[in-house]
Amino acid sequence: MAGPALTHPPVPGTPGARGGGVASRRRTRPPAVLLVPALVAAGVALLPLVYLAVRAFERGPEVAFEIVWQERTLRLVLRSLLLAAVVTGLCLVVGVSLAWLTSRTRVPFRRLLTVLGALPLAVPSYVAAYIWVSFFPRIPPFAGSVLVLTLCTYPYVFLPVRAALQGTDPALEEVARSLGRGRWRTVLTVTLRQVRPAMAAGGLLVGLYVLSDFGAVSLLRFDSLTRVIYTSYRSSFDRTPAAVLGLVLVLVTITIVWAESRSRGRAAQARLGTGAARRHGLVRLGRGGTALALLWAAVVAGLGVAFPLVGLARWLVVGSSAGFDATRVVEAAGSTVAVSALGAALTVVLAIPVGVLAVRYRGRLVSAVEQAAYAGHALPGIVVALALVFFAVRYAFPVYQRTPLLVLAYAVLFLPAAVGAVRASVALSPPVLEEVARSLGRSPFQALRDVTLRVAGPGVAAGAVLVFLTCMKELPATLLLRPTGMQTLATELWSRTTVGAYAAAAPYAALLVVLAAVPTFLLTTRSTTLGGGGER
Amino acid sequence: MTSRHLLVAATAAALALSLAACGDDDAGAEETTEESTASLVVYSGRNEDLVQPIIDRFAEETGMDVAVRYAGTGELAAQLLEEGERTEADVFFAQDGGALGAIAKEGLFAELPDETLELVDERFRADEGQWVGVSGRARVIAYNPDEVPEEEVPRSVRELTDPRWSGEVGIAPTNASFEAFVTGLRVLDGDDAARAWLEGIAANDVQIFDNNNAVLDAVDNAVVSLGLINHYYWYERVAEVGEDGITARLVFPGGGDPGALVNVAGVGVVATTDAGEEAQQFVDFLLGEEAQQYFAEETKEYPLIEGVETDAALPPLDELDPPEIDLSDLDTLAETQTMIQEAGLS
Repeated sequence: MAGPALTHPPVPGTPGARGGGVASRRRTRPPAVLLVPALVAAGVALLPLVYLAVRAFERGPEVAFEIVWQERTLRLVLRSLLLAAVVTGLCLVVGVSLAWLTSRTRVPFRRLLTVLGALPLAVPSYVAAYIWVSFFPRIPPFAGSVLVLTLCTYPYVFLPVRAALQGTDPALEEVARSLGRGRWRTVLTVTLRQVRPAMAAGGLLVGLYVLSDFGAVSLLRFDSLTRVIYTSYRSSFDRTPAAVLGLVLVLVTITIVWAESRSRGRAAQARLGTGAARRHGLVRLGRGGTALALLWAAVVAGLGVAFPLVGLARWLVVGSSAGFDATRVVEAAGSTVAVSALGAALTVVLAIPVGVLAVRYRGRLVSAVEQAAYAGHALPGIVVALALVFFAVRYAFPVYQRTPLLVLAYAVLFLPAAVGAVRASVALSPPVLEEVARSLGRSPFQALRDVTLRVAGPGVAAGAVLVFLTCMKELPATLLLRPTGMQTLATELWSRTTVGAYAAAAPYAALLVVLAAVPTFLLTTRSTTLGGGGER
Repeated sequence: MTSRHLLVAATAAALALSLAACGDDDAGAEETTEESTASLVVYSGRNEDLVQPIIDRFAEETGMDVAVRYAGTGELAAQLLEEGERTEADVFFAQDGGALGAIAKEGLFAELPDETLELVDERFRADEGQWVGVSGRARVIAYNPDEVPEEEVPRSVRELTDPRWSGEVGIAPTNASFEAFVTGLRVLDGDDAARAWLEGIAANDVQIFDNNNAVLDAVDNAVVSLGLINHYYWYERVAEVGEDGITARLVFPGGGDPGALVNVAGVGVVATTDAGEEAQQFVDFLLGEEAQQYFAEETKEYPLIEGVETDAALPPLDELDPPEIDLSDLDTLAETQTMIQEAGLS
């Protein structure tokens, strides 16, 4: 496929010409300062896998294989994959279309549309699912799951693709137009191809999120692999079947990650002088086009943002349990922010070496490390939590049911989101800069710190914000690993809704959405590089 | 803003946040020191809103410092099993007998003294005395009167395989309360009959939900006409939205029907506890008059000791006419789950 060549034409004289040469990924052995921390990160991410293997085979391989070879297991895998594929496809349509409208056209209210486009990230999928079911009790399981998960996760595509659309070099599209290609053909054949890495990275996060989701599918009654793993842990006390299915889920994940990394190919995206790039000309849509575009954006925002808020308001009106214990709410908000910030910090620290390694070096070890980082991402939170219980009570008892272990769980669960952001933003920093720094006598660590991470900084920060946001909404691992007595907004919300006290739950849900909206807003204020593309 | 400034800003922000969080962590550490000096650590699969008030009263009366860890009963059981002997829990307060049985089976509970056990009818406690029921919950049939008039609501779950109810029955088959009921059916009618019943309702297009609340919602919204749930979900809902705010009503099947099973929420004392005496005090408190009164009035459950009256809104326990089942006989959970799964219901 001509993808990489098309993406990176050496256009002479433009500041966008990349400076790395073809061999931007080296086969040489990475320096220990990168390799060791990357191996640590991979090791942490693989903890759940080790635990699952222990539990899956504790009654002998025969039992495990018997569970795998059931027709039901195959059915569950296929159902989960189908859901993930359909949701990912729809997220690409919604995310890319909104990204294009808000970054490349003259559609009015672009700023507002951008914020609205990202805001569904602030709505936990279990809250959205509950609201949909309460308004539409007969919503069919598959269609309902597709709808809710698409609305909750398309921002994973929207944000990086928007950033990429702003960051790519306009020259290539201009060349295509000047050679007689029509506007729409140019969009399809040149623009989309340029942002393909961003689409793939965003799509991967969506797909893995769907595989790991329990809350929404269980409320919408869709029988997925994760739902079965979860209920089996919850109700059977026989950990073997759940562990075996968990391993199957990890295998599925690794296959998907591997396929994505193949499709990403060896495209190098670096260009020098992020500040010197030219802006894209904006497309005029015409009156009809503008109306259509606004309608489309309004429908997405209405379903993804306004509808859940209306639902929360209804909880307050219908229920009698409404009561606002301000101290309690504020305390829960405080601990939510604190543990999520720690979670984001640790996740990014672990992600940096993995991301840099993935961009700069090649080889079996490097791909193994990168794929390992994704291993935990599609696992349901309860599996990761129990794995950490297993290890902590044996080898790290002093941190058991203390904040550090919870923070570590967040890192295992959300490492991929940060790795994706680091990888995409480091890819923008030409390796030649590091080489120059090295030739001027800097150590590999100094070169990384002073050059690469400086260029990649905004993208890495965006990754941290994304992880922070995701930690805030996390429930199953938080329930099992939090220090006894600590409450987060998500646990308080859970506590109220399980006894049907929806009015009492509403303030926690609302505050969670509002608090999550702040980092979401931050994500849209800068052209960020979550999954590819550039910034200015 | 240049990328350099951004990076500096981001790093500073991250640092500030982690510092702030570390401060918080210290607070957490303080809390946890307290907690390790806490006289009692309770793992509660029962909801905080429902049981914290009575635990607070216990703490007040005894001056004990009680730390409670809340999560789902199933999750906490799984956590206890993973923790094994290293658990910090002294007491496990669970939503259903099945989870207590699983923990007892692994030998993680200490045996309770006879004086405690004898407070409760032997149907509602473990034969070997590792756990004891605290409050009773009845299985009921919720129905939507707009869809089915009360007199046509079946008084036996055995009728639910009738084509009349095709697609009209909601269940939560992965829920512990449903599993206990199926185990009861196996004890009463035998495995073959239980399997036939499960296959029968599966063939009758039974509608599957994640939990009892979802089943009740479905009945209320006329998605299904009938639903198998525990009685107190309906009373909780009435407390939230008022009796006029809910369409669904309840039938207590009675007649010794397996669908009228009375299950319990109960407690066990963890074998490795270093606060055995305090734990025992807690169990006795839960079986005391004050706590039993609380469960009768506040959570609309059935008190299990002599001398405490059931709430007037509920049919009394001795009129329920539940099936003759000893809850200790419900410990063959794994077989039940296999059966439910093989019938295609989970």
